[in-house]
Amino acid sequence: MRDEVTAVKDVSIEINKGDFAVLKGPSGSGKTTLLSLIGCMSRPTSGRVLVENRDVSRLPERFMTKVRRNTFGFIFQQFHLIKGLTVSDNVMLPLYPTDITPSELRKRAEDILNTLGMSDRKKFQVQKLSGGEQQRTAIARALINNPAIILADEPTAHLDTHLSEEFLSIMRNLQQQGKTIVIATHDPLVYEKEYVNLYIEMRDGMVRGAGRKH
Amino acid sequence: MAINKHKNILDYTLQSLLRRKFKNTGIILVFTFIIFAVSSIILLSYSLKKEAGMLLKYSPEIIVQKILAGRHELISTKIKNEIMGIPGVSKVEPRYWGYYYDSGVRANYTIIGIGVSGIENNRLIKGRMPSANEKNAAAIGREIADARIIKKDIGDSLNLQNSEGRWMEFKIVGIFESDSEILTADLIIISESAFKSLVGMPEDTATDLAVRVANETEIPTAARKIKELFPYSRPILRDEVIRTYDAVFGWRSGLILAMFAGALAAFIILAWDKATGLSAEEKQEIGILKAIGWETSDILEMKFWEGLVISLTSFMCGLILAYLHIFLLDGFLFAPALKGWSVIYPHFNLAPFIDFYQIAILMAITVLPYIASTIIPSWKASITDPDTVMRG
Repeated sequence: MRDEVTAVKDVSIEINKGDFAVLKGPSGSGKTTLLSLIGCMSRPTSGRVLVENRDVSRLPERFMTKVRRNTFGFIFQQFHLIKGLTVSDNVMLPLYPTDITPSELRKRAEDILNTLGMSDRKKFQVQKLSGGEQQRTAIARALINNPAIILADEPTAHLDTHLSEEFLSIMRNLQQQGKTIVIATHDPLVYEKEYVNLYIEMRDGMVRGAGRKH
Repeated sequence: MAINKHKNILDYTLQSLLRRKFKNTGIILVFTFIIFAVSSIILLSYSLKKEAGMLLKYSPEIIVQKILAGRHELISTKIKNEIMGIPGVSKVEPRYWGYYYDSGVRANYTIIGIGVSGIENNRLIKGRMPSANEKNAAAIGREIADARIIKKDIGDSLNLQNSEGRWMEFKIVGIFESDSEILTADLIIISESAFKSLVGMPEDTATDLAVRVANETEIPTAARKIKELFPYSRPILRDEVIRTYDAVFGWRSGLILAMFAGALAAFIILAWDKATGLSAEEKQEIGILKAIGWETSDILEMKFWEGLVISLTSFMCGLILAYLHIFLLDGFLFAPALKGWSVIYPHFNLAPFIDFYQIAILMAITVLPYIASTIIPSWKASITDPDTVMRG
């Protein structure tokens, strides 16, 4: 018999376009699993995930991947950059398997790195960067496909206050450009920000509370 | 056709390979050595067979030798006319040949005496063949020209000691060309009369008789009739000689290949082990790629390129090194085992023949399994949810 764990259950939430949403709760509460379900990285055993009113949770793997690539930008807790590659190469990763020309690919990466103040680091190998620089590289990678929704899992867990503020400022800026931000965190610095307009509190795999600020 | 997509994936693959350059260089070196060793044996044995076959196609259809107590003896030339009487036989010629040991360079030469009809396949680098009535003229193989401390050229003298211990001086009038060196490298051709004087051969005898049969289908019948007429004789068919060469070189190359089969098996196990056990880092990388929007097919394409680049690079390097080893460096690593007698006979160069069929088989049993062993474990990792892979 397989050991099965129910990571999240009885979850029903709605995130609107342009929201700055926070999934908060202690470690093991199911935030990352929920983020993974929203971002089409895993499938629910029951229930549905609707993106723009389309159930994406039952799509064949190929289409699910396309939705993931075209709709979401991911920022992981450990950044998950590929060591040995340069900043620029890491940023271009999501668009390699597309029909974009190599010159356009490089231009897009350079533009985003410029925006994030990382253009002087583009030839650096990612393992030689500071924590903040690695995170900005991860943000640039999440943005290169111009996604409508940005998902971030514990993005400030390894950052000091200054870098955390810097990260949140970038996210705020993106929200103001019309993007939807969803952050899983248990860091008060994040969920106490005044521009966070949707709170979803989780515990033991269930939503214990949710509310809109504005 | 998403050409850019494939170019992008290939570009990423090359960067990926460079990231693990020590590991990949190690695999390429081992892979290259295996291909080099096996290809060297294939090229060498095939070239030896082809070279022997190429030259033997000019040889007579039947050679008749006299056998005494199981050993090759001089044969009487008086039986020529009786053999000519056999239906189908168009020509019978006595042949005069033997070996001459040159103690100066510690090598055996093949020495041939030619009559008025000369010999066939007499292409020369330069000069000419000695005529039947020239007592002191010789054409020699290139290796004999090079083997002497003082290099020999046309117009120089070649001194050979006869059976009575006296020195005979020959003037070099021709040197054989190099594209058929297996037989001509160690060859000295002199006139029939000079040969008889040199070796002390009695009149009306020859080393053997060369019998020409115009119609291929009549060769076995003619050979049988010769044997019936002269029970002491041994008619040797040209096809039998070619088959013997094939068998000898095939057997020797088979032995060496068997030795390398162990190395090949070890490499396959190493490749399999490397490929089947993806490291945690590699699994995580696949998870990241999937999470950020790579499809399973994109990852498999990347792994395909990776396997292809490593295995094809190794294969081509191994093959080119083997070609240079065999045809430029005379196969110095394996030639002694394959040529066998070359330690005594003069050294010779091989004409470059390649058995594309065997090379294709070698490619199929090395490149394809390597690519498969690279793709299969990645496929297993890439069909799972990226979330699972990343957490695992």
